[in-house]
Amino acid sequence: MINNNRHHSQFQLALQRFRGNKTAMACVFILGFLYFSAVFAEFLSPYSYKDEQRQYSYCPPTPVHFFDQGRLTWPYVYGLQLSFNEFYKREYVTDVNTKYRVKLFASGESYKLLGLIPTRVHLLGVESPGRIYLLGADSRGRDIFSRLIFGGRVSLSIGLIGVLISFTIGLLIGGAAGYYGGRVDNYLMRLCEMVIMFPGFYLLLALRSAVPDDFNSVQVYFAIILILSFIGWASLARIIRGMCLSLREREYVLAAKSLGVNDFHIITQHILPHTLSYSIFAVMLSIPGYILGESALSLIGLGIQDPFASWGNMLSDAMSIVRIKFAPWILWPAFFIFLTVICFNIIGNVLRDCLDPNLKGN
Amino acid sequence: MWVYILKRFLVAIPMILIMALATFLLMGSTPGNYLDTIRMDPQVSEETIGYYQHLYKLDRPLLEQFFYWIKNLLRLEFGYSFHYNVPVTRIISARLLNTFILSFASFVLTWAVAIPLGIWAAVHRNQWIDRLIQLFSYIFLSLPSFFIAMILLYWASQTGVLPLGGMYGPDYDQLTLLGKIGDILTHLAIPTVALSIGSIAALQRIMRGNMLEALGQKYILTARAKGLPENKVVYHHALRNAINPLITLLGYEFSSLLSGAALIEIICSWPGLGSLMLTAVRSKDIYLVMTSMLMGGVLFIIGNLLADILLVKVDPRIRYD
Repeated sequence: MINNNRHHSQFQLALQRFRGNKTAMACVFILGFLYFSAVFAEFLSPYSYKDEQRQYSYCPPTPVHFFDQGRLTWPYVYGLQLSFNEFYKREYVTDVNTKYRVKLFASGESYKLLGLIPTRVHLLGVESPGRIYLLGADSRGRDIFSRLIFGGRVSLSIGLIGVLISFTIGLLIGGAAGYYGGRVDNYLMRLCEMVIMFPGFYLLLALRSAVPDDFNSVQVYFAIILILSFIGWASLARIIRGMCLSLREREYVLAAKSLGVNDFHIITQHILPHTLSYSIFAVMLSIPGYILGESALSLIGLGIQDPFASWGNMLSDAMSIVRIKFAPWILWPAFFIFLTVICFNIIGNVLRDCLDPNLKGN
Repeated sequence: MWVYILKRFLVAIPMILIMALATFLLMGSTPGNYLDTIRMDPQVSEETIGYYQHLYKLDRPLLEQFFYWIKNLLRLEFGYSFHYNVPVTRIISARLLNTFILSFASFVLTWAVAIPLGIWAAVHRNQWIDRLIQLFSYIFLSLPSFFIAMILLYWASQTGVLPLGGMYGPDYDQLTLLGKIGDILTHLAIPTVALSIGSIAALQRIMRGNMLEALGQKYILTARAKGLPENKVVYHHALRNAINPLITLLGYEFSSLLSGAALIEIICSWPGLGSLMLTAVRSKDIYLVMTSMLMGGVLFIIGNLLADILLVKVDPRIRYD
């Protein structure tokens, strides 16, 4: 075993250390599961994100019963009857006489799996006209569980794409500033400071105001990604620039230069790879910022618009305290935001310790 | 020192102007302006609209509008708000103060809690108390502040201990001066806590790291070797060196506070700059947006400068000339 370690690269060693950390691996699995569910959202969700049933507005989570008169049976749910109590408050009374069996691989609304294969199969369903609300329903009677899965698509992908864009910009600008130094460095860094100087949320609002109102949801989605990356690249560029300032003095850069390699090639092939270990955990630690940014925008109604789901716009229902009181299940998206953010934070921190073991010996 | 401060300001001015230009162009390049909202009202005649269009130079090219704005800026006129129909400064100055109160309260709370907590955790390194603090700081670091605000508001609605949003109680005007301060403080509690929890967690971790580093230094060994009481070693020798790097953070902390405060303001309906900015953006009240941005930038520069000055006061080794 010890011999094997010999021809392991730094990176493989770091990966080995990372695998040894149980908490971090658990986080990787949770995130993997969330991303998996986002990809197969149509299949995993019982209903579509826009499947409205107004008569089930704020329907509480449906309990799934496994026992019928003391005997184990195939899981079923009871039908619900909407009624109003003496204060005219909505109440859903379980109708014990109607039972709907829970169906696995039930056929429901048709969709295209992965955008390719047309099918009607959903992992979970219930005999019609019964409805199954595993985590309750929202104001229009849409299934929160389904919307959570669909919302994950937006919220989880915004983090990844946003980080990809802002890191590309940040690396290139930081690399160029650090490599050329002098006047280029000066101008580029002033540019960075300009972006950093304005409080992020104000900048977010100002930029959002520049997005035309008649954009459709897909356009708004990409606009939000662009806005978030525009705000995010500057702080990274500054750090990368600091690293490149010292890296450009190395001999191999001089060697590359004297061999006549062009500047772009030197920056991308010889200098930036050395900032990789920093970039990797910086990516992990900055993804939550994008997820939270999108949630914040959607929360105040400037982000993804109904009927499309994102964790942020699902939460905008919870801006009213009365609704939290009568339908606390509308807070589920907040839990998923929290779960995702904490996973990225833990993975980022553990990665940092693994990639740079002499940073802080514990 | 003063030369340095002056220099910083001079460098900042063109940067702010370029940023303002970018915002102005971006906002102006999208279709529609505030007058469209007025136009929907059938009682407003076409002439009135034309009059306003001329008055605010909305019929001129965008760049020209911008230079009018800059020209007025030099005379310290920030323009009129379309929505409120009063000079922008009159609205913003009140809102700016409110935002400042919230940010300052949160700032004080953050530092007052995070520093002792960080020291405590560092001194009891790897004991259960340290682990507990680290666990909670992980959790609070990942909890979105708006969620904390929602939960706190919900809790307040259930128990009735604290007011639900806003800044003043209904009987604010009848209260004595002391009562007024108390009234504002109770309204301040929820937004401040929601805003601070995340920063406390973050700052505490940094403080703990710095403290651990300082405690591992040779001079600490010397101090202990010469028989100094542990109290003095920690608070006199280690703490002073551990806290220095934090001062540079102070300026950035302030700016992130401002932007974090905006969201909390909206949720807790605190009448600050952030909630103002939101309504302004929504109704395309362009001068209000511009001035809010400007104020945000200026506050950030001042925060950074204060941090730099403080750093010199704390650490005499640093010089700026």
